[in-house]
Amino acid sequence: MFEYAPAPESRDIVDIRPSYGLFINGEWVEPQGEERHKTVNPATEEVLAEVAWAGEADVDRAVQAAAKAFPVWSAMPGAERAKYLFRIARIIQERARELAVLETLDNGKPIRESRDVDLPLVAAHFFYYAGWADKLSYAGFGRRPTDGQGGSDPRPLGVAGQVIPWNFPLLMLAWKIAPALACGNTVVLKPAETTPLTALAFADICRQADLPPGVVNIVTGAGETGAALVGHPGVDKVAFTGSTEVGRLIARSLAGTRKKLTLELGGKAANIVFEDAPLDQAVEGIVNGIFFNQGHVCCAGSRLLVQESVADELLEALKRRLGTLRLGDPLDKNTDIGAINSAEQLAKIRELSAAGEAEGAERWSPACPIPDRGYWFPPTLFTGVAQSHRIAREEIFGPVLSVLTFRTPAEAVEKANNTPYGLSAGVWTEKGSRMLWMASRLRAGVVWSNTFNRFDPTSPFGGYKESGYGREGGRHGLEAYLAV
Amino acid sequence: MTTPLAEVASSPSTLRAFLHGLPGVDRVGADARAAMLGTRSIKTTAKKQAIDMAIGMVDLTTLEGADTPGKVRAMCAKAVRPDPTDSSVPPVAAVCVYPDLVATAVEALAGSGVKVASVATSFPSGRSSLEVKVADTSLAVAAGAAEIDMVIDRGAFLAGDYLKVYEEIVATKEACGDSHLKVILETGELATYDNVRRASWLAMIAGADFIKTSTGKVSPAATLPVTLVMLEAVRDFLAATGRKVGVKPAGGIRTTKDAIKYLVLVNETAGPDWLHADWFRLGASSLLNDLLMQRQKMATGRYAGPDYFTLD
Repeated sequence: MFEYAPAPESRDIVDIRPSYGLFINGEWVEPQGEERHKTVNPATEEVLAEVAWAGEADVDRAVQAAAKAFPVWSAMPGAERAKYLFRIARIIQERARELAVLETLDNGKPIRESRDVDLPLVAAHFFYYAGWADKLSYAGFGRRPTDGQGGSDPRPLGVAGQVIPWNFPLLMLAWKIAPALACGNTVVLKPAETTPLTALAFADICRQADLPPGVVNIVTGAGETGAALVGHPGVDKVAFTGSTEVGRLIARSLAGTRKKLTLELGGKAANIVFEDAPLDQAVEGIVNGIFFNQGHVCCAGSRLLVQESVADELLEALKRRLGTLRLGDPLDKNTDIGAINSAEQLAKIRELSAAGEAEGAERWSPACPIPDRGYWFPPTLFTGVAQSHRIAREEIFGPVLSVLTFRTPAEAVEKANNTPYGLSAGVWTEKGSRMLWMASRLRAGVVWSNTFNRFDPTSPFGGYKESGYGREGGRHGLEAYLAV
Repeated sequence: MTTPLAEVASSPSTLRAFLHGLPGVDRVGADARAAMLGTRSIKTTAKKQAIDMAIGMVDLTTLEGADTPGKVRAMCAKAVRPDPTDSSVPPVAAVCVYPDLVATAVEALAGSGVKVASVATSFPSGRSSLEVKVADTSLAVAAGAAEIDMVIDRGAFLAGDYLKVYEEIVATKEACGDSHLKVILETGELATYDNVRRASWLAMIAGADFIKTSTGKVSPAATLPVTLVMLEAVRDFLAATGRKVGVKPAGGIRTTKDAIKYLVLVNETAGPDWLHADWFRLGASSLLNDLLMQRQKMATGRYAGPDYFTLD
């Protein structure tokens, strides 16, 4: 046997303060209310810090600071805004190790992922949108014809109120803040209540980069803080990533207002494996599709649709592969599966998994020791799943894969599209014509071809149907932050 | 062979149909998987274990036109006792030489347990007649080689003449008698991972005891993704036939860090059952000194200068 010795990343590199205020107008300020909540390390349940929960008055203060900064920031030449964004991107790269450790501590995701996926993408997103800041006139949204001298850049919207989830805390921050700032907007961002620490570290980065006060404001809190931000009359644009349920509430509350809205919501993506797929890589893609980030991924490949003629062979290979996944200390550099982000999320995963068994699907997990403390769920797959089962329809947002089979390409498309969601899909086949045939019929914002969960700042990302509207990333991502 | 695969090579068309019926390999995915496994962090006790494991898997190799009996004898001494100052260092698995130097190596290694491997079949290009290749093999076997590292006819493979490649392996295997046969695919010339998978299966069906990546004379030689594809092949071949075949990456593996990446690849692809010199070898020459240097560093906490490790 070849046992890997523990290889923990040192946590000494991060300096977590015992308590955090709110980041408003370039300063750390105390909230008006008394409410403070603890953020914990989900792998150990150890308290990491106390964080203020912003009330309406605090949100108002933050929105006013953003509104005050807007005329200065939006009037600044794009090349000047780009300088700040490039500076932020470089600071993120320089502090990448620290931010990766902090993300892993607060979120529970393996350090291998925060180090090799989250942080490189965060920096890349800022670099990418920094490049757009002085080229907005060439983004295809037209020039403003009002200055009598051949036009100027398209206009920003104003103050963006942004609410992000806990699954990729810093990456979702980057997806929101980078395009907003590049286009000349100012922002008030609310990180998720269970994962505020990297957003608060980002506040320090804004100061380090000498970003003008008020351009970025960060208010921590839970749903009420988010509602106060979204409902604030000074907010011109709302961007939300999270559950479809909350997205619906936001859409309802904004109906009839002047605010522009983009939503990136849930998913129940199909990962479709044909009999002529590159099977070893398909197995990796299935693993990466549903067990990456403990399945806390809105575009996770949570439904495996496998052609019946290779189902047995593929499942055997998949089970063998799941047996090699290493679950445990997220700071260990060899960990593949980290902790579930919160007790609440763990309860939801357990409830839906129990429902899967009760409805008659067959549950399987590899032999996998679970740590005594913290929130954990073993990689799990369900076979014999029918379209009507809850585990085939509802978003579990955990390391749980539902396996269904199909016979023909048409049946694969029908089953894949038979969901209220439409965020992503994956297709595995070595036959190019079939790939294109499938891609043109799948109702999903992203269709991955012989891969899964690959992200790039140049590629637009967003949903069909109840997975939301608007696109983030790429040239398309600018549109959400411009008056076009 | 008492497997359902015995019929596969009954005609060019059945052989072709079988090899082309194997699942394809997606290059991007295979590269990504190998790169991910390359990030495994092997430290402290695991590193110690890995270093000794790697030393015991080395096929210490010299394949130069300038090779002499003196050079081979020096290398054999190193193979038996890699670090003269530390008797706890295990010997390497084998030495690998040209056929005409097998007798020298056999004599130098008598009683040591270190095996003698010989390249054969008009190594490295394989461009000769089957008669010459078989004679080359017989020469090495007669001189006492316990292992034969043959090369496949890459020209025939790329031309689609799989049966020719198959028949040459079968003939060489026969000439080997009791000696083990390693089949060198020369993956750098096969170019695609699909070809690597097909050539792996072709060699195994024809009776290879080991499949080996490279001669070391062609660049690229061994790479992690190519070795990954070959490890998948031996894993699947065992499941299909019940026969276990070994894997030997060779060429370009120079550092302990590289060697450990290969061991991780074996551990998480074919499985820990392959982590033994009977089933996994590292074809290398300069690697051994780096392994010794890292081993000593782990024991003493200090790096000794390169002059403290013998050059042979």
